[in-house]
Amino acid sequence: MSTRIALRAGALIAVTALALTGCAAGGGSGSADAACAPAADGEKVNLTFTSWLPGMEDAVKIWNAENPDIQVEVQTGPNGNGGTYKNFFNQIAAGNAPDLGQIEYDALPNFRVQDGVVNIADCAGVMDAKSQFVDWTWSQVTFGEDNAVYAIPQDTGPEALYYRADLFEKAGIPVPTTWDEYAAAAAQIRELGGYITNFSQSDINAFAGLVWQAGGQWFTNDGTDWTVTMDSPESAKVADYWQTLIDGDLVAKYPPWTDEWNNAYNTGELWTWVSAVWGANTITSGAPDTAGNWAVVQMPQWNAGESAAGNWGGSSTAVLTGSKHPYEAAKFALWLNTNADALTSMNKTANIYPATIEGAKLPVFSEGLDFYGGQKIYEVFAAAANEVNPDFTWGPTMTQVYTDVADGFSQVLAGNGTVLDALKTGQDKTIEALKAASIPVKG
Amino acid sequence: MTNSTLARRAAPSRESLLSRSAAMLIMLICTFYFLVPIWWLFVAATKDRSQFTSTSPLWFGDFNLFANIGNLAAYRDGVFFRWMLNSVIYAGAGAAIATILAAMAGYAIAKYAFRGRELAFNVILGGVLVPATALALPLFLLFSQVGATNTFWSVFLPSLVSPFGVYLARIYASSSVPDEIIEAARIDGAGEVRTFFTVATRLMAPALVTIFLFQFVSIWNNFFLPLIMLRDEGLFPVTLGLYVWNTQVSQIPEIRAFVIIGALLSIIPLIIAFLGLQRFWRNGLGSGGLK
Repeated sequence: MSTRIALRAGALIAVTALALTGCAAGGGSGSADAACAPAADGEKVNLTFTSWLPGMEDAVKIWNAENPDIQVEVQTGPNGNGGTYKNFFNQIAAGNAPDLGQIEYDALPNFRVQDGVVNIADCAGVMDAKSQFVDWTWSQVTFGEDNAVYAIPQDTGPEALYYRADLFEKAGIPVPTTWDEYAAAAAQIRELGGYITNFSQSDINAFAGLVWQAGGQWFTNDGTDWTVTMDSPESAKVADYWQTLIDGDLVAKYPPWTDEWNNAYNTGELWTWVSAVWGANTITSGAPDTAGNWAVVQMPQWNAGESAAGNWGGSSTAVLTGSKHPYEAAKFALWLNTNADALTSMNKTANIYPATIEGAKLPVFSEGLDFYGGQKIYEVFAAAANEVNPDFTWGPTMTQVYTDVADGFSQVLAGNGTVLDALKTGQDKTIEALKAASIPVKG
Repeated sequence: MTNSTLARRAAPSRESLLSRSAAMLIMLICTFYFLVPIWWLFVAATKDRSQFTSTSPLWFGDFNLFANIGNLAAYRDGVFFRWMLNSVIYAGAGAAIATILAAMAGYAIAKYAFRGRELAFNVILGGVLVPATALALPLFLLFSQVGATNTFWSVFLPSLVSPFGVYLARIYASSSVPDEIIEAARIDGAGEVRTFFTVATRLMAPALVTIFLFQFVSIWNNFFLPLIMLRDEGLFPVTLGLYVWNTQVSQIPEIRAFVIIGALLSIIPLIIAFLGLQRFWRNGLGSGGLK
């Protein structure tokens, strides 16, 4: 009896081992770059779409009602850097990735470098859609390559200056239009006991947006090699500017997105926030006692009279490698990000600001907001959206870059090192990481 | 009573009063340390969003707990309570089945002599060293091969194994299930399975409760496996669900309030499980050693 049990156990172990080796051998697939052909006539196509935007199902419901032959199922999870990007890579490797995925602009190069997204330039309507989108968003999804589109832009985060109109007026301080005026106002506000703004130790993509506004680059790609330029002159200029403010105790040091940070705005300790269009809702929610006292104006400029804007955030909808229906997937992605009903729905449930030129003119963006003293704040953002530099390039390992630089920034706030040092250290670590991943990099 | 007896009785308590007070003080500090966050959570959950930052964090503002729970229940059609149900099923049913499986394995290793018994036990014990997070990705690849990711079973099945439970069950079975009773049951004509379920499990009850509680907590807290496996919101356990909501805070700041209330509600089943079952395992852990 015991021998029989031993034999059975042995067989079971052997089968399991074989199955496991089978799994280990199965690997990544090549990129599906073939011509984009539609499904056979009358064939019903089911697509899966992973997005972390709350309320995405409402927009998709509209599509599903109008397209019985192409049904889309929405799947969800944490936001990209919170786990969904890793899940995408795991799923692509295992062969069960969704057809469509939400990918932020700064993560798209990572997917491109690892062949995680399909080039949908050959799919009907995609190349023609270029004129519908704000120009820099199209560069973000094509990387400047000819005849290549890796995702359809969905939303943007053009930046402007949110400020406490009542406090500035009461103190007689003019609203700053240049960064020099901003620094001067910072000193005056400090005298009165407040801070002009908070220096965020963890919103590195926001800091990158400031470098973007200054015309700087952190990464460039000449077609084969990457160059990391986090210490480029413009980047250094922005870093030194904020270092001066930190050294002079002219900016607060709260960790952002916390109760203390919200409280600082709610009690009027912080007077401004350089932030994106979606920040309007953050202020409304986090500082409800200050309703009616805020206003929005163009963000401070490096040279008087200019109107350059930075961008913070924004996602695209990409077709992931391994999708069996890239034609239908691209069709849905185009609809989702250009159709007025879809964009209105997504704005309602997730506060997103569309990447299309027409999208900025939706009725929902033409109302004045009471929280902002009745100002039609979206006009400022619409103007800013057109002033974003179309040449900014993200690197292929941004999640890691953010972590490395954020570590440096928290040290800076504790008094060790400067902002520029943190960027340089982040640059060195990034170059090492790229080399370790066998991604060609100079330096 | 003689004076010396009284003195003998009094002396020990006088000497240890200092050490007793010191011990109590340390325990009080530790209790405080563990309970303050729960108190903060309770206070935070009763506050309306507008009062969140303007009132003291450790004391109440206006009492809005039930209104907050109502808002939570209404958000996305009560998906939060679906998540709670999922967690209770994953953890409750999973731990129950895991307990039975571990008890059977431990009992068999303790009571039956067969070739490879110690080897099997040592291999299983080695499994205790492997953290659940290390297993999540290989499990994902395995389930992808059979196309079973993003299903209830993808989280439920891996939760049914408890190497630590096997270890506990073996120890307990050897010490509290006397061979004579098993012999007696065999003589009376009971089969092995019947002996196990009617005789051994009753004797091993405290260990079974302990294994159940450990496995319940471990499944409830197992975060990485559902994160990798699940894409359907209706299948999330409550830990993953709250985390997903927390990552959406920059999109919809209101959700932070739901995360806090949800966190408070999510610890209730664990508290109930422990308080309800502590009678069993407190008795049991000690009595096994009294043999």
